[in-house]
Amino acid sequence: MDLDLDRHALDFRAEVRAWLAENVPDKPLASFDTAAGFEQHREWEKRLADAQLSVVSWPEEFGGRDASLLEWVLFEEEYYAARAPARVNQNGIFMLAPTLFAHGTPEQQRRILPAMARSEQVWAQAWSEPEAGSDIAALRSTATRTEGGWLLSGQKTWSSRAAFADAAFGLFRSDPGSERHRGLTYLMFDLRVDGVQVRPIPQLDGETGFAEIFLDNVFVPDSDVIGEPGNGWRVAMTTANNERGLSLRSPGRFLAAADRLLDLWRREGDPSDTALAERVTDAWIGARAYQLYTFETVTRLSEGGQLGPESSVNKLFWSRLDLELHETVLDILGSGAELRGDWLDGWLFSLAGPIYGGTDQIQRNTIAERLLGLPRGPR
Amino acid sequence: MRFTLSPEQRDFAASIDDLLAAADTPSVVRAWSHGEHEQGLRLWRQLADLGVTGLAVPEEHGGLDASAVDLTVAVEVLGRHAVPGPVVESLAALPVLLADSGATRWLPGLASGGSLGTLAWSPHVPYAVDADVADVRVCVSDGVLREFGPMAPLSSVDASRRLSAVDVRGEICPARTDRAWSFGVLACAAQLLGAGRRLLDMSVEYATQRSQYGNPIGGYQAIKHLLADVVTQLELARPLLYGAAVSLDTASPNAARDVSAARVACADAAYLAARTALQVHGAIGYTAEHDLSLWLTKVRALRSAWGTQAWHRAQVLAALTTERGAA
Repeated sequence: MDLDLDRHALDFRAEVRAWLAENVPDKPLASFDTAAGFEQHREWEKRLADAQLSVVSWPEEFGGRDASLLEWVLFEEEYYAARAPARVNQNGIFMLAPTLFAHGTPEQQRRILPAMARSEQVWAQAWSEPEAGSDIAALRSTATRTEGGWLLSGQKTWSSRAAFADAAFGLFRSDPGSERHRGLTYLMFDLRVDGVQVRPIPQLDGETGFAEIFLDNVFVPDSDVIGEPGNGWRVAMTTANNERGLSLRSPGRFLAAADRLLDLWRREGDPSDTALAERVTDAWIGARAYQLYTFETVTRLSEGGQLGPESSVNKLFWSRLDLELHETVLDILGSGAELRGDWLDGWLFSLAGPIYGGTDQIQRNTIAERLLGLPRGPR
Repeated sequence: MRFTLSPEQRDFAASIDDLLAAADTPSVVRAWSHGEHEQGLRLWRQLADLGVTGLAVPEEHGGLDASAVDLTVAVEVLGRHAVPGPVVESLAALPVLLADSGATRWLPGLASGGSLGTLAWSPHVPYAVDADVADVRVCVSDGVLREFGPMAPLSSVDASRRLSAVDVRGEICPARTDRAWSFGVLACAAQLLGAGRRLLDMSVEYATQRSQYGNPIGGYQAIKHLLADVVTQLELARPLLYGAAVSLDTASPNAARDVSAARVACADAAYLAARTALQVHGAIGYTAEHDLSLWLTKVRALRSAWGTQAWHRAQVLAALTTERGAA
């Protein structure tokens, strides 16, 4: 049992650190949930891609550099420590791409992945519907067979990045007689074509991070079905585990936030406030625990293991950690906490953590039933 | 990097687990609590045969000079089975303290299991555990090792922890304490994690068997969600524990910080496991007759043994802010 990095990993980390130090913009980009900010982030992704750093864990032929999972974790640590821009194409890179690697055809991989690596095509996710939130299998949007493809109709909602993205992916009911998890098909569709209407939804923070998507007989060719028609649920589960698990929230994010919290505490904390001091301590301990837990997971996966219901443990842990960390910061800032700024934005974002990608309550059901083996009950 | 136990370490844990599972440790614990040590001492001799008592003792004094990770593996299993006796003291803190301080004459006895040792350590460990049965009794205060005699017994919430204040006697030698203290805290954390995991397992088993309103109570979300929180905390405490062991094995400058962080997380997780276990069991769990009480009381006792949670948190924060101040 060791935590040593080999020469290759150390060199890789040093290269990433040096590149970020040189290239991360001094002035933060505008939010990617604004039209101007979105394009700034797209440009940033191209610079990352030029340095072969946008998708380090992918095969080289698609724009990556075949980095190991551990190296990807190190990349993330460096990325967040350097305060580099948020990843505008994270839905594509961390949710759609793993699905394409697992279930996509070689043609789909060649067509979609390199453009994604350079963010020439930015992806939104289209999971939820008005009547299908935690219960995705209740979805009603349909895919109807037509010559050479499918016609999509229905409504998706809470679609992150849909306001400005180029394309989206989600599940559609392709067998009208089917129920629940059966008869669903995983499809990719263009957001900028006739029949698609995107209506941005202002979020709690006033920005349009997500949107509703209305689809009215939108044609999608067969080549944009991932996996077999009717087998969408199984295909989507690949993505679900990725969102909850490792790839959406790497430890780097929380380590960097805990580091900045410690800096803040040193500058502005009142050492006699032991209750607050303990919360600062627990935030760091939590971030460190998540880092080491991830190293354990990385070891298991690199030895051929699978990411199963543990990904729900992951998500339940980090969603609470992120929220508590930001709450601690705001309590240190005291009367200045209400002013808009990075920390307040971070807190607003952390509020969503226990909801997206499966609520904390759904994660607890999954953990109890699939990890602890407790009886399945009504939802 | 390979941050997982080796096959040998897993086998070692399994062999200890097999021994203890067959030993009916709850009845051993109950006897020990009444001062009947015979069964318990037999169990310690069997543990010695597996090499457990020699793990932290240097080879030249009859031990195995094993890694802190190996020691953690063993102590976690002991916690899982609520093994009575001076686990932290005799297996971890005392061997390191005596070896580092050069007071080596007791080490072969501790390594072979021929003698048990106990320890008081001012100010965090004022009472020695099981001094009535220990052959080696050492206390640390003001940077000096001294022998002590036991005073009148004190009752612990965990009846198997037979405590006494110390009657300080002759000086042995100056103490070298840094590593020994960390090994004690690490072993305390490992015991807590093992106990916490057992409490979770007992709760899951009970929730699967016990029916109310016509269903196993484990099918109700109110119970599921409690237990999901417990397993999440335990699963995230374990890597801190083994990470701290690695820090000790590599003589990391952050070892004391990492050990304190591990203790904080393991004690909080184990205590949540204990509280939840009681709630899931309901009234039966509140009885002395049910074995749950053996683990529940041990967790409460260990949570403030070897430093309070507040003290350990303060250590972590001091280390982090100093580290940053220097950087």
